[in-house]
Amino acid sequence: MGHFLGQRALHSGVALLGLIIAVFFLVRMTGDPTDLYLPIDASLETRKEFAQKHGFDQPATTQFVVFLKDILAGDLGYSLRKQRPAMELVLQAYPTTLKLAGVAMSLSIFLAIIVGAVAAYRPGGVFDRISTTASLAGASAPDFWVAITGILLFAVTFRWLPTSGVGGFSHWILPIGVLMLRPFGLMVQVVRASMMGALSSAYVKTARAKGVGEPVVIFVHALRNACLSIVTVAGDLAVGLINGAVIVETVFGWPGVGKLMIDSVIQRDFPTVQAIIMVTATAIFLMNVLIDLLYVALDPRIRHQ
Amino acid sequence: MTTAEQEALIIRRGLPWWRLLLRDRFATAAALWLLFLAVCFLLGPEFFGKAATTLNLRVRNLPPGSLEHGWLMILGGDALGRSMLARLIVASQNTLTIALSAVIMAMIIGGILGMIAGYMGRGIGHIIMRFADILQSFPSLLLAVVVLYVLEPSVTNLIIVLAITRLPIYLRVTRAEVLEIRERVFVDAARALGGGRYHVLRRHIGPVVAPTLLTILTVDFSIVMLAESSLSFLGIGIQAPEITWGLMVAQGRNYLSQAWWLAFFPGVAIMLATLSGNILSNWLRIVSDPEQRWRLEAPRKNDG
Repeated sequence: MGHFLGQRALHSGVALLGLIIAVFFLVRMTGDPTDLYLPIDASLETRKEFAQKHGFDQPATTQFVVFLKDILAGDLGYSLRKQRPAMELVLQAYPTTLKLAGVAMSLSIFLAIIVGAVAAYRPGGVFDRISTTASLAGASAPDFWVAITGILLFAVTFRWLPTSGVGGFSHWILPIGVLMLRPFGLMVQVVRASMMGALSSAYVKTARAKGVGEPVVIFVHALRNACLSIVTVAGDLAVGLINGAVIVETVFGWPGVGKLMIDSVIQRDFPTVQAIIMVTATAIFLMNVLIDLLYVALDPRIRHQ
Repeated sequence: MTTAEQEALIIRRGLPWWRLLLRDRFATAAALWLLFLAVCFLLGPEFFGKAATTLNLRVRNLPPGSLEHGWLMILGGDALGRSMLARLIVASQNTLTIALSAVIMAMIIGGILGMIAGYMGRGIGHIIMRFADILQSFPSLLLAVVVLYVLEPSVTNLIIVLAITRLPIYLRVTRAEVLEIRERVFVDAARALGGGRYHVLRRHIGPVVAPTLLTILTVDFSIVMLAESSLSFLGIGIQAPEITWGLMVAQGRNYLSQAWWLAFFPGVAIMLATLSGNILSNWLRIVSDPEQRWRLEAPRKNDG
């Protein structure tokens, strides 16, 4: 088990390092990084001073060593837009995104397990067909379009919900609803497929023969074994959820990491963009390790492999 | 022979693919819609290019549903009085070009890299797989945003970025399939007869992997189209005066409370296209799965 985890962590670590190198050299390959870091209207003196201060006049390998040292020291530069450490901005924005993503993800998993399990109970039945079509539609809908249509309908026309911003419970409904669409849609299909497999297996027949009640068979016997594929897909979807968060935060004006990213890109604040990449990549790295630990907890067979 | 026996005979021989398609109403509708889009794609700019760019301030933000200003205005006019319908048809070309080129590029490059990773030695395989890890362990939208930050947002760059973010799926699937196929007898035979690596991959392994990759391609088409729309919506994808459906939603967003149809119809266009792609890929999955194929082949009371 230790070997298994170590190897997975090593793989993720290599991926993290690869990403850092890619970001570093991609920026330098496409031209003078000063152009990227500074706004377009920066004067020549500002550019020179900036290049000297950040060592852009040095060879790329020297720069890379300095860059790595800074990262290890937790220093990712100053935001050009806000005149504050970029790291500080990112860490300030993350809790909002994590709250949004966490609620959306847990609700999606919870609802998808119920809907998917019921659909798998009678494949081809009325509920199955409705839920399959609806989940496909949910996964196919452009989230930004659903978001603005939702604003138009519920906030502008009916005035039930606020159009945007952070606040009480009513502020959460639309963003969470939009963010849930894709993970929920995809998850229902995964749960359905893996539950169909589990429900036709021998141990479920045994459980039924023993006289175990149907709800227990579905949610205890079958679900436990369908869990592994659910966790795998949930991990992938969690990474994809950041994509959704970018859209939702931009449309609803939530001060999360997605909005920070888009604002920084549009205003060409490269240190902040870079800090977001680093923090996000590290967070995903940690999540992958966590998922591996979860595998071991869920399926004892993995320990022996 | 009775009809039931004839039916049984047909099933044993296997129905042609188009009859299996007709057996599934949703899949038929999806295929017809994609066919319609293909016609728009090929002929749209030719016939509607002019109507899509003609300004007419008298029909600014004209509500949809009236035929008073000609049938081109059936879906209303945009903020500059251009026909929404014509613009949607013309925008289909950019939208579909980007999505199709990106998935095909991802499939070819991912397929080749996957074959190399699966068939050549372990060393190079490891390097390629770690490369896939990097791409897969980072949110595709953020990756695209960063690359488009560094490069100019043009159609070509957008296609490249989207293709890169989709690479890992093709790469992994191909590698997994190749690892299994290369142990089979016909590959051994080809090798024993003196077939080189390139020959074996192209002639013996490639054709077996191709159908799987094509199935993924149909799902991916929807995913890539959504990704492009999101990027264009955020203002870092396609730039005006080029148009895609995603950009049209973004432009319509400013007029949301006065003219909802500006953002609504392009969104519907995206949704219908992605939904069709998803439905069709679902159907393909059922057809290509021997354990599920009977669902479509089983004789029904009304048709057959």
